[in-house]
Amino acid sequence: MTDTCVEFVAVSKSFGTEARVLDDVHLRLPTSATTAIIGESGCGKTTLLQHINALLDPDHGQIKVLGAPIPADRIAFRRRIGYSVQGAGLFPHMTSRENIVLLARLEGWTAGAIEQRYQALIAAMGLSGDVSGRYPSGLSGGQQQRVGLCRALMLRPRLLLLDEPFSAIDPITRADIYRHFQQVQQQEGISTILVTHDMREAVRLASWLVIMRHGRILQSASAATVRAAPADDYVARLLAEQLA
Amino acid sequence: MKWPIFLVWLLLAGPSWAAEPIRVASKNFNESYLLAEMLARLLEDAGYSVERRFGLGGTLICFEAMINDEIDLYVEYTGTLAQTILGRPQLVGQNALNTALASRNIELLDPIGFNNSYAIAVRRALADALGLVTIGDLAGHGLKIAVSHEFLERADGWSGLAARYGLPPRVQGIEHGLAYQAIAEGAIDVMDAYSTDGELQRYDLKLLADDRGYFPRYLAAPLVREDLPEPVKAVLNRLQGRLDDVQMQTLNAQVVFDGRSFAEVADAFLVENGLTTAHSEAIDLWQSIGHNTLQHLKLTFIALTTAIIVGVGLSLLVFRSRGTARIVTYLCGLLQTIPAIALLALMIPLFGIGPVPAIVALCLYALLPVVRNTLTALTTVDPTLIQVAVGIGLTRRQRLRYLFLPLALPSMLAGIRTAAVICIGTATLAAFIGAGGLGDPIVTGLALNDTGLILQGAIPAAVLAMFTEFAFEGLERLLLPGHLRRANRSE
Repeated sequence: MTDTCVEFVAVSKSFGTEARVLDDVHLRLPTSATTAIIGESGCGKTTLLQHINALLDPDHGQIKVLGAPIPADRIAFRRRIGYSVQGAGLFPHMTSRENIVLLARLEGWTAGAIEQRYQALIAAMGLSGDVSGRYPSGLSGGQQQRVGLCRALMLRPRLLLLDEPFSAIDPITRADIYRHFQQVQQQEGISTILVTHDMREAVRLASWLVIMRHGRILQSASAATVRAAPADDYVARLLAEQLA
Repeated sequence: MKWPIFLVWLLLAGPSWAAEPIRVASKNFNESYLLAEMLARLLEDAGYSVERRFGLGGTLICFEAMINDEIDLYVEYTGTLAQTILGRPQLVGQNALNTALASRNIELLDPIGFNNSYAIAVRRALADALGLVTIGDLAGHGLKIAVSHEFLERADGWSGLAARYGLPPRVQGIEHGLAYQAIAEGAIDVMDAYSTDGELQRYDLKLLADDRGYFPRYLAAPLVREDLPEPVKAVLNRLQGRLDDVQMQTLNAQVVFDGRSFAEVADAFLVENGLTTAHSEAIDLWQSIGHNTLQHLKLTFIALTTAIIVGVGLSLLVFRSRGTARIVTYLCGLLQTIPAIALLALMIPLFGIGPVPAIVALCLYALLPVVRNTLTALTTVDPTLIQVAVGIGLTRRQRLRYLFLPLALPSMLAGIRTAAVICIGTATLAAFIGAGGLGDPIVTGLALNDTGLILQGAIPAAVLAMFTEFAFEGLERLLLPGHLRRANRSE
């Protein structure tokens, strides 16, 4: 692995007096690829993701993102990283279009540039123009998720963080979103880190897998390596059960 | 930048703040209105300009207002002055009282003549039949005695009287408003009364003589600020000795029973007795409703605007800390539990009387709905949305502007709407501390039992409240996108 987009060195985190949610995490994730972080609920995968865009700060250890430690100006830093969550987290009082273009407006893009990027994105994500003026409550779950991805992609981020974005969507729609999303990702050369509990989704989308349990990394390797040589029984069982 | 100027204009505009007239006040009962109006008329007739601050809510409010230089004069009773105000019941007579008042720069002018004291009344026919002349004559006839609850409780009430005259120590209590009806119908035989009540003539009751001097004397006289010019005091003293008990009863009865306005009765009395030269002009009904409505709007508008600024500002300051937010809501709730009339009274030592304390009190009242709704809305924003807002790189300010405020807006508007309606309603009580507005005719009407007058305040106030509801409905339609309106309504 030559280029890393995210690097964790001895990172630990706990909330209050509870057990460590991240326990001595060492991690290097490849650039321009999709990484899936997999594990059961409560294994620390979302916590790990939230350290990458500085929603959380580690108790111990160092984190480098896009080749540098997290800078003091976190606003600008976060705007270089796309972020989307389960249920899309769309602002309910804004139309789809307003949700998608909000940050570009705040960044001072021209109306022309905004319109061009917006039209390109909704087309690429398979959204029809008539969703533009609709509020999130008037969209289907799949449409909401596509709008959420458009918002995350609007500022042309080099890194994209996705926290279980597809888990509440029916399989047929999900397959269609995968297809659109992967096209955009390849076109724009984005490094993606995807948190999921679904091994099927992980191997479908990701070339690099990180398997977590109890706040520790069990295995971090290319998908092919993980499948060929699971690090331990738990990983092997996870693969066997979910891919059967 | 036009807003502050507009607010100042609102505060300063209107006739009540224009010149420096002599400020004549009254308490909120019939006789006090009548006498205050007479004094005001006398001053106007002598060429002074007068500001009427009638219907203030009680003795202490009037006296405080005088101490604070909010009013120049009102009619007080010697007994009230000695007992309630000075707390020295042994003081009797104008000179003794004036010595006690000198340190406060307040002066009692010459008595008007009558003595409005507690008295004991019986039906004249019964008195004649039994030969009742003095209170002592009541003993031994087995008469049905009922006195007002207050008279029953007071230290200088029934128990002392019964002891002095050898009457039964325990008697029935009765609501004073019902007692006249009861005695007229023969349900009771003996009651307590005020010696100048108009009802005494109407129901043909006889007052029994207090020959053992139990009741203190309540001689009515103008109480004035000492710094009033001597010629003004001279004008006020023209009423000296002009009205005895029976005359006062008659004038009171004219207002209470004949449906004449106190202004009309006062005017007629002065002209008939050659105290003033000309009748004054009647005030136009619509003009006075318009004036009161405008004043009412000023009070509510300023109070509400201030409450919105303070309430929303406060909420934005504290909503991020759950503990502080709880304390603020709790404190605002505490304010709300103070009865409106008590809150108004509490404002007097701080701000005197008039529009300013009323606005402060209204503002405190309006605070709770604004703060509670704003805080609730701000603290219940979906945590996922907040997390996303931070994660996609919105600054604190932008999160407020693009997430918190728009999501809180429906609830905030609902709170402001509630506050507005509360303000309009509560502002009618502001008349008790001389703030004017639509409460003025209501307070006067209540005191004089004049339904027409009450409606002059109540109807416009109701219309204002309805209009406010409609206005806010329009505002909500204008400001909220469709889905938020729906969400708000289903709450």
